[in-house]
Amino acid sequence: MSDLIADKVNMVFNTKGGGIVHALKDVSFTLKEGELLSVLGPSGCGKTTLLNIIAGFNRPTGGAFYLGNEEISGPGVNRGMVFQQGALFEWLTVAENVNFGLRMKGSDKKETAKKVEEWLDIVGLQGFGDTPTYQLSGGMQQRVALARCLINDPDLILMDEPLGALDALTREKMQTLVLKIWKETGKTIMIITHSVEEALLLGERLFVMAPRPGRLHKEYNLPFAEQGLTTDPREIKNSDLFTETREEILTMIWDMEEEIMGKSNAA
Amino acid sequence: MIVGILFIVLICLIIGAIIYGRRLVRTEVTDAVFGNPTRALGGWHWIVAGVSSILVIWLYFSWDAGRAFFPTAANELCQVAKLNRTANPIRSAFPLENRQLRSTALLERDYGQIEALEAKLADTNFNDADRTELKSIIAEMRDTLALQASPSIMDPTTAGKLDEIANRINELAVNISDDNYPGTPDPDREKALQQPAWGETSVEIPPMAITDFGYKFSKASEVMDGISKDFSKIRNNGEGITAKLEGLQARYKGFKIDDTEGEAITAERKEMIKQIEKIYRRIDDGKIFPTAMTQSVEKALINFDDVQKSEQGSLRLIDIFALPGGDILAGNRACSEQGSGRWLPKPSDTLNTFVKMADPDVGYKGIPLLWYEMKPIGTVLEILVPDWIADLIPGEYSRHDDNGKVLNNLKDRVYAFATGQYESMLVPIPIGHIWDSLMRVLAGLFFGILLGVPLGLYMGLSRFAKGFFDPLIELYRPIPPLAWAPLILTIFGIQDDGKIFLLFMVAFAIMVISARTGATGTQLSKIHAAHSLGATKFQIIRKVILPNSLPEILTGIRIAIGVCWGTLVAAEMLAGTTGIGFVENVARKQSDYEIIWMTILLLGLLGLMFDLIMRFIIHRTIPWRGKG
Ligand SMILES: Nc1ncnc2c1ncn2[C@@H]1O[C@H](COP(=O)(O)OP(=O)(O)O)[C@@H](O)[C@H]1O
Ligand SMILES: [Mg+2]
Repeated sequence: MSDLIADKVNMVFNTKGGGIVHALKDVSFTLKEGELLSVLGPSGCGKTTLLNIIAGFNRPTGGAFYLGNEEISGPGVNRGMVFQQGALFEWLTVAENVNFGLRMKGSDKKETAKKVEEWLDIVGLQGFGDTPTYQLSGGMQQRVALARCLINDPDLILMDEPLGALDALTREKMQTLVLKIWKETGKTIMIITHSVEEALLLGERLFVMAPRPGRLHKEYNLPFAEQGLTTDPREIKNSDLFTETREEILTMIWDMEEEIMGKSNAA
Repeated sequence: MIVGILFIVLICLIIGAIIYGRRLVRTEVTDAVFGNPTRALGGWHWIVAGVSSILVIWLYFSWDAGRAFFPTAANELCQVAKLNRTANPIRSAFPLENRQLRSTALLERDYGQIEALEAKLADTNFNDADRTELKSIIAEMRDTLALQASPSIMDPTTAGKLDEIANRINELAVNISDDNYPGTPDPDREKALQQPAWGETSVEIPPMAITDFGYKFSKASEVMDGISKDFSKIRNNGEGITAKLEGLQARYKGFKIDDTEGEAITAERKEMIKQIEKIYRRIDDGKIFPTAMTQSVEKALINFDDVQKSEQGSLRLIDIFALPGGDILAGNRACSEQGSGRWLPKPSDTLNTFVKMADPDVGYKGIPLLWYEMKPIGTVLEILVPDWIADLIPGEYSRHDDNGKVLNNLKDRVYAFATGQYESMLVPIPIGHIWDSLMRVLAGLFFGILLGVPLGLYMGLSRFAKGFFDPLIELYRPIPPLAWAPLILTIFGIQDDGKIFLLFMVAFAIMVISARTGATGTQLSKIHAAHSLGATKFQIIRKVILPNSLPEILTGIRIAIGVCWGTLVAAEMLAGTTGIGFVENVARKQSDYEIIWMTILLLGLLGLMFDLIMRFIIHRTIPWRGKG
């Protein structure tokens, strides 16, 4: 059982000016193995901080995350990360990027090559193995990042606004790809987005976070991710439940934003 | 011949490129507005025009082109220069090159000195009688001086001598305008033709006439030399003036120096007489003539110059247009180029010098420019194996036994290996000035990179390293490398070690800073990604930070090569016995402009080569630059 458990996680940053920012306050939740979670919230509410702590790049100032009953204390191969902008190694080819993790482990070369082929196939980049990554389009780069992360077979996949920089059409295709991978591999996936529609489509569960201090504001359980693979996304988007939930969340976030503006205006 | 053809071809290339460029502009769409960078694209024909222009200017102002088209012109101009030189003693007496007539200038000078003497007299402590006497002597001296300018007192024989000079000049003018002058063939022609040609030796222009045209001027210069000598002997010393001078001399010599008034005054009086005598001698020279008397000579000389110039004909045009920016001057024995022809060596001569020096048997100061030598491989490997390795082997070096035998043990053999004292295969090893310079730069660069890059990366990643090493590097980096040279060359020796260390210091600072910039510039997300993918610390440095810093590091190397190259040449000029800078320094001491230019060109070409290689490497290894 490798569930992700958050136990009263707190994160307080000291700012340069000498003040403090309460980026996360008492965040507690449990993410079961195989669940697909999307996280939504106004900018600056601590989404990236949350993900960085889970990935092990930062230590929380209070509380802890547990993955498979083990406390997270640093980066590890059981958690894969996909960043907003590829973070690809542009001096390497597509294949070299994808097999980076296996090479670092010193895995067998033949097997690695086979796996790379497989994964390039899955993300739809067959035949691009020898292409330098700087020649790829944004969408293709994100596919490489996805393959690079998945080839390591992590228990938990963390994505920080992975589709944020893509155009609408590519984005829709990539959303389907994420759903497909989720279904086929059964991995636990946590995806951060600033698009409400994307959060609804890609979230079996959905957290809406609120800023200052960053905290979980509301949680939804949604059927759209399940439907996503069999139904046309446009049809889902037109369903009553989808539009209602979307409006509700939008209003919620607007209110939060307004509150922030009010606060900073008053200050 | 080749130079001439090359010159014409180059000019045609320039004209062709300009015409092509204009046509191109006319046929191109004219929608590109001013400032649009695409306007600067292409343009290989302008490269041709630019390179050709440089070569044309060089060929032209170094007189290489002129020499190619008019190979005998310099020799003929040399004869003309001889004629001018021999006429100079006469010319200088007249306002032809100077502003004043020489007699006028002499008069003014002597008047000035008499005036100064009068002023001094007024300042002395002489008694009245002495003062009056001296005053009157000085006044008489002034009169005598003035008298020299008077035609009335001038001796008729002197006037006759002057007229004779004028006649001889006029006669020479008539002769020289005759095409057949001097009428007899040049007796020394055989010898003249065997002189080294123009530019072949350090005597730049063969002095003896090699054409009939030149011989005419050469002969005329001999005649003119005689006239000049006779003119210089003429003095304005007729009877009238001599009598006056004798009277004057008797007066100041008869002046009794009274030594009863104290030593100081006696000395003063003696000094005064001495001064008077000095001026008297000048007047006695007889170099001042009445204005009207020398006019005939002046006119004759002006006329002669006109005739002589028109006689030169097209040679004058060649002098002005084909040999621009200077003249050919005649010295006592040889003729030489002056102006740009002198200090701007001719491309063909420079090339010849280079070809000559490129011959490994010639080289420079006994060392070839670039060649190879067969050396036992042991002496090459010896550099790589430090001698103290042998000391680490347990035991002692062998000692001789009672029979005087020495049995080498393992320690001895290792020592022999470390010092290269064993028989081994011969391999070709490059040697020479160019090789030495290259090796020094590459060695300095190698150590700079080897130590600088890791330290730079470390400084980019560690607070300790940054804080600890930053002051050290920032303190020595701004110091111009050559400022270190005297110190470092003293400590490490003036040969390779010192120079390599100096270059190492230069390269090291640059490499540290560029590697550090590269490491600091690594995107955090890339490092995070590598962490998540299971890379260890060392793997992250090796596989992420190092390649990510490669653009900065390679740019750093490119800069370091340039700076090292410049520093090396200067260091080689300071001290040492090999290297391109050494060659240039010796050539400078000997004013050997051809070799100086050759080394300049060589340095430029090698620097360019380095840069092109680096550009190629950068292009090949970091094609992603600016696209990440
Ligand atoms: N290293 C840091 N030092 C100080 N403040 C930080 C740091 N990282 C994030 N923050 C602050 O924490 C809050 C949450 O940031 P972040 O998690 O990046 O927000 P989000 O990803 O939701 O836009 C912001 O107010 C931000 O200014
Ligand atoms: Mg963020």
